[in-house]
Amino acid sequence: MKESSLKYRQFKDKAFLFAVYSVVAISIIPLFLIIYYISKMGISAINWNFLTTLPKPPGEAGGGMANAIVGTLMLIFTSSIFAIPISIFIGIYLSEYQESKLASIGRYCLEVLQGVPSIVIGIIAYLLFVKPFGGFNALSGALALAMMMIPIIAKTTEETLKLVPLAIKEAAIALGVPYYKVILKVVVPTGLSGIITGIILGIARVAGETAPLLFTAFGNPFMSYNMLKPISSMPLIIFNYSGSPYDDWHAMAWGTSFILLIIVLILNIIAKIIASRWKIQF
Amino acid sequence: MENPILKLKNFNVYYDDVRVVNNIDINFEKNKITAIMGPSGCGKTTLLRAINRMHDFTPNARVEGEILLDNEDLNQMDAINVRRKIGMVFQRPNPFPTMSIYDNVISGYKLNGIKLKKAEQDEIVENSLTKSALWKEVKDTLHKRGSFLSGGQQQRLCIARTLAMKPEIILLDEPTSALDPIATQFIEELFLDLKKEVTLILVTHNMSQAARISNDTAFLYLGDLVEFGKTKRMFTTPENKRTEEYLIGKIG
Repeated sequence: MKESSLKYRQFKDKAFLFAVYSVVAISIIPLFLIIYYISKMGISAINWNFLTTLPKPPGEAGGGMANAIVGTLMLIFTSSIFAIPISIFIGIYLSEYQESKLASIGRYCLEVLQGVPSIVIGIIAYLLFVKPFGGFNALSGALALAMMMIPIIAKTTEETLKLVPLAIKEAAIALGVPYYKVILKVVVPTGLSGIITGIILGIARVAGETAPLLFTAFGNPFMSYNMLKPISSMPLIIFNYSGSPYDDWHAMAWGTSFILLIIVLILNIIAKIIASRWKIQF
Repeated sequence: MENPILKLKNFNVYYDDVRVVNNIDINFEKNKITAIMGPSGCGKTTLLRAINRMHDFTPNARVEGEILLDNEDLNQMDAINVRRKIGMVFQRPNPFPTMSIYDNVISGYKLNGIKLKKAEQDEIVENSLTKSALWKEVKDTLHKRGSFLSGGQQQRLCIARTLAMKPEIILLDEPTSALDPIATQFIEELFLDLKKEVTLILVTHNMSQAARISNDTAFLYLGDLVEFGKTKRMFTTPENKRTEEYLIGKIG
């Protein structure tokens, strides 16, 4: 009797472990399926021409998406210029004045902003930046992306800076360092790896966003370096080409997806490396 | 009192409406070690942090009464100047984790944007580390992170960082309570050396430490200054009954 109940308990223990392992295994299947399919379909589309030439009209063979790569880089660069400083200052405020009323309101607003569907952000950006300007333009797309980056970067900044021990701040204050220099020269550098990780994750998050760009950056079949004109981007290419009736356009959408996926994976890996390598021991 | 550098008169500290330091009068003598001892919660750290205006950053803290530094009203002075004249060493060693040993020592200048020539910097670093008895141990690793040192070395690094600013007074907030006995002894000897150049105010809950190294001792109990006088005299013939009870371990 005793013997069998012990075996039963050991069985339950193993069954539970098996269940836990299986669920973890199942949860990573979708990611591997995505990587598998996109690699399988995408790699064949990629060659030097694909990366360096402009799209051709349907029916004509060849063509690439150089304009979309340039467009995506310009959109990300411009949105970062707006989002990074604003987010870092928001993060500093939230961690320095944790108890204040404005901080709790701000924190709540950031959570809501993060939850706003990206298509809605696109519409808002259309109303705020496209309509007054009188036409689609890349800048409005960058601003829409910036709106999506701010909550991500601001919250990681806040979380990182909260971990900086009070003792380190006090050490600087006791040396007669003015408060703003304590923040900028001691607290922020101490949390720098976390802040950079947040920035990279924010960029990775918006790099593949399509919806905010539909009514703003709009897309452009030609090479454009002008932020005040419509501009192409990789997610827009995927969206437009995958919905087209042409097989070679489908192939280009897969190829673009593959490149976008690689970029996002690399950004995530860099973020992980920075977070672990540059970690400051207190 | 022959030569007081810092005088407290009718001095009070409140947190909101709670008075944690009650109407204290103390004169701290120049180039001496004055110990402030008492059980936990007696207000000794609160009192110490009032001296370099650290309470400016605690919104619910309020001070009343006079503090005179070289006969100048300290609460009317610019807080940043006060902190450059009155350095502080904390309970736990807190070197800046992003900086090398060298940069930690010179950090008071760097963070304040005071430009120095390389030779001047080198001199300040070597001087300060020599005074804090750390130079020999770190002179070959000056450009490594300060956080790789042992606890006792880190605390001496923090003392060097404070000394580099050439303060008149150094406030010591239980500076050895996070250290082992050997590191403690080392740092106590260092304090005895340092008092030639600078006035030391030492908060401690360790009365034997006060007995070993201080010239004067103040005994604080529940926010009151119970007794203040020469350390030797107080530890042999305490005037107040509560001091005696504390010294023999009846209260604490």
